[in-house]
Amino acid sequence: MADPTIPILDMRAVSKTYTAGGRRTEALREANLTVSRGAFVCLLGASGCGKSTLLRVAAGFEAPTAGEALMWGKPIAGPGPSRGMVFQDYGLFPWLTVRDNIGFGPKARGRPALEVRDTAERYIALVGLQAFADAYPHQLSGGMKQRVAIARVLANEAEVVLMDEPFGALDAMTRERLQDELLDLWSRTGLTILFVTHAIEEAIFLADRIVMMSPGPGRIEAIHPVELPRRRDVSSPAFNDLRRMLAAQLHSHHAPRAAA
Amino acid sequence: MSTGIEAGALPVAAPVTSPVTSPVTPAPARGAGAGLAHLRRLALACVVPAALVAVWQVTTAGRPYSLIPPPAEVWAELRDLAVGGVNDDAFSGTLWTHLAASLGRVYGGFALAAAAALPLGLMIGRVPLIRALLDPVLQVLRPVPVTAWLPLAMILFGLGPRSAFFLVFLGAFYPILVNTVFGVRSVEPRLFEAAAMLGCTGPAQFVRVVLPAALPSIFTGLRLGLGFAWVVIVVGEMTGVQTGLGAIIMEARQLSRTEIVICGMAVIGVAGFVSDWLVMQLGRRLLAWSPNHG
Repeated sequence: MADPTIPILDMRAVSKTYTAGGRRTEALREANLTVSRGAFVCLLGASGCGKSTLLRVAAGFEAPTAGEALMWGKPIAGPGPSRGMVFQDYGLFPWLTVRDNIGFGPKARGRPALEVRDTAERYIALVGLQAFADAYPHQLSGGMKQRVAIARVLANEAEVVLMDEPFGALDAMTRERLQDELLDLWSRTGLTILFVTHAIEEAIFLADRIVMMSPGPGRIEAIHPVELPRRRDVSSPAFNDLRRMLAAQLHSHHAPRAAA
Repeated sequence: MSTGIEAGALPVAAPVTSPVTSPVTPAPARGAGAGLAHLRRLALACVVPAALVAVWQVTTAGRPYSLIPPPAEVWAELRDLAVGGVNDDAFSGTLWTHLAASLGRVYGGFALAAAAALPLGLMIGRVPLIRALLDPVLQVLRPVPVTAWLPLAMILFGLGPRSAFFLVFLGAFYPILVNTVFGVRSVEPRLFEAAAMLGCTGPAQFVRVVLPAALPSIFTGLRLGLGFAWVVIVVGEMTGVQTGLGAIIMEARQLSRTEIVICGMAVIGVAGFVSDWLVMQLGRRLLAWSPNHG
């Protein structure tokens, strides 16, 4: 990969505190994380652990209250096409067809119409939605919508894909298929992926590195490399050992709350 | 009505099961059934008007001192108004002149109202400073009925068509404005995030996100606005205007030509209905993407 000395994403002691109606909520405390190009990193944790906040800081939707969020060593000033986001609720434009949703980014950035169309066609094919190119989002299933959302980000030449529980609203079978497709895309394109999930199995199946986060206030607890060979066998003993270990750690976060 | 909506929903489900069919083409099987349903709807729509005309006929026909003329007399008058040759009086053959004058004012005032209310609504909905500046004033002026503006309009714009034009503008302005603001304010915040991360930020979001997302609401406003424009036109044309459907109704009233009054009412009804239908067709085309329209 390009330059291993500069990480594509670099979170330095990022903290985020929200103030609403005089009440302060510490969503994230001093999170440190570096992501090198081509990595697949999962942020794993229970709700309220700040994993989505960290992702939104990386996207540029939120500015850190303290600390620094850098991309290629430069501060992230706001949302931009280099960091594409895939939302759990898709965030597709309902008035645009699949083709136009995928072409939205290139068009917004002033690419010529012919190029926009070519790009859209290429990414429609990449996610296998040729038959639905002229369909509107409300005519698609959840899995198809999420494919469009992924293709839309890739068509915009995003270097980093930020995914906020993207498969959380899908049924189990669709979820497994999309996980496979995502890994396939990742290995073919050399994308960098930062993926938020609360599902341990999903994290182990997908990630090179699992960033374990804990709530109250949200912070990074531990970072576990996952070195199982791909394509990972969810029923292998090594997979299950890792799952047990992570589950124990994840549940220990709940214990003090449950007792209180 | 409900059968039409269900039939329209069919092709929506189609692409999920059969990827080959285009989702826009309706399934071929619904042709015959839809035709029957259409006829049925047409027949049902005619029941109440037919009954009303029957009552009208029974209560007025053959009574020379009735203040309300029977249907046949009104029909004859309508033909005279349209093409002349029945009474050959001052009103004969003048319908088209009056209709054209009213249409011009309705659509002119409506277009002006849309041109003013749309950008204003987009900005009030999206820019806090403009909302703080304009919203209170507009909200205070809103409850003032358009008819109450008539005296002031006559002072400001003089006796004549310009006052009518202004009243139509005012009548159409508020429904368009209020619905546009509502549409803009209810755009899902997620869509702004999605646009921003794809490289569409700042004022470009007005055209690429705010306007299309608010379009269903804006269309509701346009329909209501055009409806109000037709309501207001009669009031607007009642004083000091020589042509227009409102003017002909007022003149006929003073001459006790009730059959002409009824003709004017009927023509306004039909013209308003047709113009609403046109706007709806346009809406169907533009809002084909919305599961609640089209």
